[in-house]
Amino acid sequence: MTDDARRAALRQSVSVAVATGLYGISFGALSVVAGLSTAQTMALSLLMFSGGSQFAFIGVIGSGGTAGAAIATAGLLGARNGLYGPQVTPLLAANGWRRPLAAQLTIDESTAVATAQADPAAGRLGFWWTGIGVFVMWNLFTLLGAVLGDALGDPRRYGLDAAAAAAFLALVWPRLSGPGAHLSRLVAGGAVAVALALTPFTPAGVPVLLAAAVAIVVGAVAPVRPVEART
Amino acid sequence: MSPTATWLAVVAASALVFGLKLLGHLVPEHWLAKPRVAQTAALVTVALLSALVAVQAATIGRELVADARLPALGVAAVALMLRAPFILVVVLAAATAAGLRALGMS
Repeated sequence: MTDDARRAALRQSVSVAVATGLYGISFGALSVVAGLSTAQTMALSLLMFSGGSQFAFIGVIGSGGTAGAAIATAGLLGARNGLYGPQVTPLLAANGWRRPLAAQLTIDESTAVATAQADPAAGRLGFWWTGIGVFVMWNLFTLLGAVLGDALGDPRRYGLDAAAAAAFLALVWPRLSGPGAHLSRLVAGGAVAVALALTPFTPAGVPVLLAAAVAIVVGAVAPVRPVEART
Repeated sequence: MSPTATWLAVVAASALVFGLKLLGHLVPEHWLAKPRVAQTAALVTVALLSALVAVQAATIGRELVADARLPALGVAAVALMLRAPFILVVVLAAATAAGLRALGMS
């Protein structure tokens, strides 16, 4: 791994950790507003540690859903983390106690940074730095958000909801640009259409998961190309 | 929901989400040797992240909503096209939405 590759991976890790951590403040505040205690809110960020699942969970609880619905929705949305596992295990080669630790840190952000590196060693570095960095920042800012809670007022006022959308856009962007990403752009467009079309008719979190069906169908029928060069 | 019931739900849902993560790490690596599996897994990531962008930017609950998040996302896209760093993209989006809401947009 060159120094440049190492620096690029570290820089991305820190940027992602800070950006993701910052919208942890909106999770903390929204969770308290949804009726969870500060301790319950912290338990979600420490133990569940998957932003989408956490937002989905408090969304169901906050709108009066049952415990069963909240668990199912969080689980459905968390299933994508299971899909990330096979993408990162070849980079990590984690065994023993590192394996459950790596599993807990396998989220959108750590997977995206790890797989965006051209060099496997830089990818490994990116995974751990992003995973641990997001974990620390996410929990610190969740606590801050929960404590501030009502005092902060509406996190929307600070544009934190828009920041979350922009963060996901920035994560998917490198996968959509450049030659060879034609199929990815097709799938992205299909996923957006499916997610928005299903939103009025399905519980929170389900449209995102069903959008994955687009990728599975395209993946099953499209001609297999050599692994796309990562940017 | 009682505090005890909420705690049980928090622990059960967290265990389920962790179990799914761990399952992904226990899948035999030779599954990945098949290019179609690797390609499909990459496309699934694209689909989920793209769907998350849409849901985060244009929905509230089960409603499709066009509010200050959409222009903010547009600003983020322009910043990405200009190769702005991640943190700048995110800050610009938040500032755009906050500014538009200060001006009275929803």
